[in-house]
Amino acid sequence: MGLALLLVIWLITFFSTYFFVAKTWWLPAGAAAAAPWIDHQFALTFVLMGIIFVAAQAALGWVVWKYRDQGAATKVDYSHGNTKLELIWTTLTAVLFVGLNLMGSHVWASERFEPAHEGSVKVEATGLQFAWYFRYPGMDNTYGRTKPELIDASAGGDAAVGLDTTDPAAKDDVVSGTMYLPVNREADLTLRAQDVIHSLFIPSMRFKQDAVPGLIIHMHFTPTETGDYEIACAELCGLGHYKMHGMLKVVSQLDFDKWLASKEAEKQ
Amino acid sequence: MATSGVTHAHAAPQGFIRKYIFSLDHKVIGIQYFFLALAAVFVGMFLSLLMRIHLIWPAAQLPIFGDIKPETYLTLLTMHGTIMVFFVLTTAPQSGFGNYFLPIQIGAPDMAFPTLNMLSFWTTFVAFVVMIAAFFVEGGAPLHGWTGYAPLSALQGAGPGEQLGADLWITSIAIFCAASLMGALNFITTILDLRAKGMTLMRMPLTCWAWFVTAILGLLAFGVLLAAGILLLMDRNLGTSFFVPGGLSITGNLVKHNGGSPLLWQHLFWFFGHPEVYIAILPGMGVASQLLSTFSRKPIFGYKAMVYAIMAIGLLGFVVWGHHMFMSGMSPYSAFAFSIMTMAIGVPSAIKTFNWLGTIYKGRVKFDSPMLYAIGFVSLFVSGGLSGPFLAQPVLDIQLHDTYFVVGHFHLIMGVAAIFGMFAGTCYWFPKMFGRMMNERLGQIHFFITLIGTYAIFMPMHYLGMAGQTRRYSQFTEVAYQTKLIPLQTFMTYAAFVTIGAQAIFVFNLFWSMWKGPKASDNPWNSTTLEWTTATPPPHDNFGGHTPVVNHGPYEYSVPGAPRDFIMQTDPAGVGTGAH
Repeated sequence: MGLALLLVIWLITFFSTYFFVAKTWWLPAGAAAAAPWIDHQFALTFVLMGIIFVAAQAALGWVVWKYRDQGAATKVDYSHGNTKLELIWTTLTAVLFVGLNLMGSHVWASERFEPAHEGSVKVEATGLQFAWYFRYPGMDNTYGRTKPELIDASAGGDAAVGLDTTDPAAKDDVVSGTMYLPVNREADLTLRAQDVIHSLFIPSMRFKQDAVPGLIIHMHFTPTETGDYEIACAELCGLGHYKMHGMLKVVSQLDFDKWLASKEAEKQ
Repeated sequence: MATSGVTHAHAAPQGFIRKYIFSLDHKVIGIQYFFLALAAVFVGMFLSLLMRIHLIWPAAQLPIFGDIKPETYLTLLTMHGTIMVFFVLTTAPQSGFGNYFLPIQIGAPDMAFPTLNMLSFWTTFVAFVVMIAAFFVEGGAPLHGWTGYAPLSALQGAGPGEQLGADLWITSIAIFCAASLMGALNFITTILDLRAKGMTLMRMPLTCWAWFVTAILGLLAFGVLLAAGILLLMDRNLGTSFFVPGGLSITGNLVKHNGGSPLLWQHLFWFFGHPEVYIAILPGMGVASQLLSTFSRKPIFGYKAMVYAIMAIGLLGFVVWGHHMFMSGMSPYSAFAFSIMTMAIGVPSAIKTFNWLGTIYKGRVKFDSPMLYAIGFVSLFVSGGLSGPFLAQPVLDIQLHDTYFVVGHFHLIMGVAAIFGMFAGTCYWFPKMFGRMMNERLGQIHFFITLIGTYAIFMPMHYLGMAGQTRRYSQFTEVAYQTKLIPLQTFMTYAAFVTIGAQAIFVFNLFWSMWKGPKASDNPWNSTTLEWTTATPPPHDNFGGHTPVVNHGPYEYSVPGAPRDFIMQTDPAGVGTGAH
């Protein structure tokens, strides 16, 4: 029985670890400025936890086999523990866990403590059951007024976010079902939700943030590679949660300007 | 240090109803809780089976349910989570085993408040009936997830099931909270007041320590959830706005609420919700400690450290709730603080793991089935625990929050590990509870299939989560990168079939052994704690008219110089050189 346990525990450990190490399934390729930092912290945590995982499981399998009952002759070490070992173990764990945490904290700080820089691209993401809408402030760089009573999700476009077209600042606002961003420029994101909580999740951008009704949340990230990236909703928002899907198109500054201009032209 | 109060003992009841239905006997109440949890775990497991089927074959027609629609899937996951957390993980380890064995292990004739104890069980039972009723009302059960985030849970128009079904769901939880508060008071009072002579706090078995700290957690946490639940009911039905802000529009209809905060619900919920994790797992830790020592025939490694670790986990468990909210819009500075506290709670957990290994080390391990489950518990606790430091870091949570990584993490640790604690407890105490032994061979088969099976279900969830698979999706066909992950999901569904099927072995073993198992002696495992000093099953007042006197610590195994390889807590003082 001891041997069976050892084998099962070791095999489980082997297969679990194998698929991590072989990266059969792994984080999607990052395409944002913060991705290398986040991935580095992930890898560091992964290596440390992986070592502890393998060591602890290997030890468990080994002790239950090694110290199996082999009849009356089996000697037991009558001991109530070892305070010195206990202290060493506690200190090491504390240093490791807290240290690991502190190492990751500067990445978090740079992502979340500071607002977006001057000159970033403003875009507002609005979540509603069950779609994302993205609004650009236009030439005046100011979002127009929105009103809940003007919201008409079925009409899409301006009406989906309840844009008040009588507001002068709203005249040049562009609302799109697809998120466009210029590459290598910081996006200054404003998140809103109209009905329930949604969460804007763009795995390749290493970006996730809840959009909460009643809150205006400011976030920022910088895409570093052009391409199409999928957006998912990560907060349970109702029966259509699974299909609340969007696209982020990261394009060159030139293409971004062209796209915005064509949307402006459509509006006039 | 109080002596056991003889005044608390009540006369043995006559008649079927007073004896088995409205019983005041903590042992009967413990068994009632146990069977309530057993019924609940099968409902919960059946729901998870339907979920696994729907994820892989969305078009499949099912018996009873017919088509599973996306909203039905969300209903299943909401009820699965709620039933498992409240009526299984909170009910069996604490209220079930705790009720039965806490008084006996400390040498008391019953709980401090037997009537309150009976009331607490029947209140829990009512809560369960109300919860199940949610399935059968118009609109069905709610779809807002077990966390019930407002405004989804607060607005009747937010989705199917958010009408009467959601009200019943909240009402059930509120009733459950009230029942748990009664239970918690009873546990705490019993431990503080009814310990037998010589049963100092530091001589209590670690199971009692775990039940004690769990009861304190319950007392502090369930009160908050009760309040939150009542506020949510008011928001839904009386037009208040605790959790609903102004300016909302649901499917084109303006919402007439103003001034509430969705984050307030999350704070209140997780102030309960995180301690709840420890409510579920601490009793399992207690059982694992007890069993690893018993079946390694060796004193527990670092008893005091184990006690302090349980206390530290209990204390820190109240200051980490914000780690569920890193992506919620909460201040990023407080995320930093919650993150450090969360890492800190890993330390006592690591101490426990170290001490469990230290207990087995240089012991004489006997592989009776309770021990197998206890060893499985340690393995699962390690696996489930080590994904914690990933999720505790806000910067990694950006990628992992609300993905299958989280689902894998909490299922391994508070789900499967806690359930292995229950399996261990069931096999270990079954002889005392029912007077017969369970079948060893069936236990072994069930153990290996379940251990491998649960790893096969829940380990892949970590891979899925890293790849960005979001949780609570009824289908993965709408998001291209997620569609690629379906083969792994399929594998997990097959693993779930096998694992769930294997539970029939356990149930068969349980009921078959109740009537057909070989008769058990009073102390079949050669254990040391007080429940093994009394008759099997124990008499109504637990010790047949006399009050035990405790002379030893709880885990005196293989003491040099002792006549046997264990010294029971009630053995005369001075047996063996190492006794204290």
